[in-house]
Amino acid sequence: MSLDKTDVEKIAHLARLAIDEQAIPAYAKDLTNIFNLVEQLTTVDTADITPMAHPLDANQRLRADEVTEANQRELFQAIAPKTEAGIYLVPQVIE
Amino acid sequence: MHTKTLSELSTSLHKGDVSSVELTQHYLDRIRTHNNQLNAYITVCEDEALEQARAADQKIQQKTAGKLTGIPLAHKDIFCTKGVRTSCASKMLDNFIAPYNATVVDRVNTAGMVTLGKTNMDEFAMGSSNETSFYGPVKNPWDNARVPGGSSGGSAAAVAAKLAPVATGTDTGGSIRQPASLCNLTGLKPTYGRISRYGMIAFASSLDQAGPLARSAEDAALLLNEMAGFDTLDSTSVERDVPDYTATLKDSIVGLKIGLPKEYFSEGLDPHVAATIEAAIKTYETLGATIKDITLPNTSLAVPTYYVVAPAECSSNLSRMDGVRFGHRCDDPKDLLDLYQRSRGEGFGEEVKRRIMTGTYALSSGYYDAYYLKAQQCRRLISNDFQQAFSDIDVIMGPTTPTTAFKLGDKTDDPISMYLADIYTISTNLAGLPALSIPAGFVKGLPVGLQIIGNYFEEARLLNVAHSYQQATDWHKKSPLYFE
Repeated sequence: MSLDKTDVEKIAHLARLAIDEQAIPAYAKDLTNIFNLVEQLTTVDTADITPMAHPLDANQRLRADEVTEANQRELFQAIAPKTEAGIYLVPQVIE
Repeated sequence: MHTKTLSELSTSLHKGDVSSVELTQHYLDRIRTHNNQLNAYITVCEDEALEQARAADQKIQQKTAGKLTGIPLAHKDIFCTKGVRTSCASKMLDNFIAPYNATVVDRVNTAGMVTLGKTNMDEFAMGSSNETSFYGPVKNPWDNARVPGGSSGGSAAAVAAKLAPVATGTDTGGSIRQPASLCNLTGLKPTYGRISRYGMIAFASSLDQAGPLARSAEDAALLLNEMAGFDTLDSTSVERDVPDYTATLKDSIVGLKIGLPKEYFSEGLDPHVAATIEAAIKTYETLGATIKDITLPNTSLAVPTYYVVAPAECSSNLSRMDGVRFGHRCDDPKDLLDLYQRSRGEGFGEEVKRRIMTGTYALSSGYYDAYYLKAQQCRRLISNDFQQAFSDIDVIMGPTTPTTAFKLGDKTDDPISMYLADIYTISTNLAGLPALSIPAGFVKGLPVGLQIIGNYFEEARLLNVAHSYQQATDWHKKSPLYFE
């Protein structure tokens, strides 16, 4: 397989990554090489093989539905790029 | 003072030969003298360390101290440390002061250990040479023109150069064992779930596991005792008793059945490294172990499987770095999309972007079955190979890495060649098995690591097997001349 400039731009958009125009050919080459390495998996017969999501095949643990976290808004917002009146600020989304 | 083992340091502290403040100051002085040369630490916590040391001295005086109280250590900068910058070696988190402690950090704090600082690493633990760090590469103490390995390269260099008695690391595809091998250390990746991942900045959640980097199996066992254990804050933490890993170190290994996978001794392995590993295995024979040739037929699938699973999980995990709640934010975003894209584009380095894009593509609409699902199936085949092998052997041995430490810059232009540096370590992460690397000799003055893989939760056996070798050899006692 081979990924081109359009593919890289689409992937970068999906990943919400701004990438330099000049870097696109290098990304296309590297991603192509990576997926060509991955390609060999297609030759493996995996019919009837259960995918392995957890090395120990453990199940999700459940806990009682009780409040365990105290509100630490001020502590957490102390490291935020921009806040106002206890909320995180981003550029205006709705006109 | 810095040449002592953890046990010796503990005895000195408890006998009052040295105080924790003196010991801590000694290490802080060594860091000040040598860190510029190695770049092993990103952040040195001088004030906090001395405060912890004073508290430790009090505990020792009041006879309420534990075995490791007052002993300094370094944390890989992937572990959140409350009130201290936790950068993950990324521009993205250069300004991130963690608001809470990782469970590992809490546990060693409770044990009374002293945090000297946060060590350098590959950005978000993505790399095998420590060259992807925003703060610059770490140098190998054995040869400053060479890499220390990665991603826990700063922890490895710090312990090897005696800028810390012991350190924490994390291992997603070999990131403890490979730098241990390249820096002549004992490094252990425990069974998946053995140590809490809470507060350990996530790379690939189904593979990530923390562990100790130390100068002997005994030291590694002592630190593992403090690190391991069930934690309700980590949903994949395993609820299972933690043995005293030092209790079985001296057990006899007569009759130990060692399997040698032929796939780990094939093409790509440096012949000098191979000869060193073969000599180490001969030593095990003289200690009473028996050797059996085995096969792990799906070994060749490990690297391609890993480069689907790890990037897929990283692309998901790193989506939280969006410039909104913490971390880097671009200047003057014109809209929300611009805020996300430029904050992430500016905050992440090249390798991290490459892996996020690899994962994003693998998980994108229409490709899930072909990549992620397929990889998770191949992962089970790799895991099945190990279970088949463990049906009639106790441990698996082989090289940790195909070569000794390579030169800085050698592999930076070719990501795939860098990925292949982890060819012998990746399988155990995919299977979730414990494995360690111990010093086994030198090739042209550079350390070679022997990898020992065990079945699930057999950390105690691995440390016992490693300790037995370290009683019969002194490779682990060799240290780089300049840092003696």
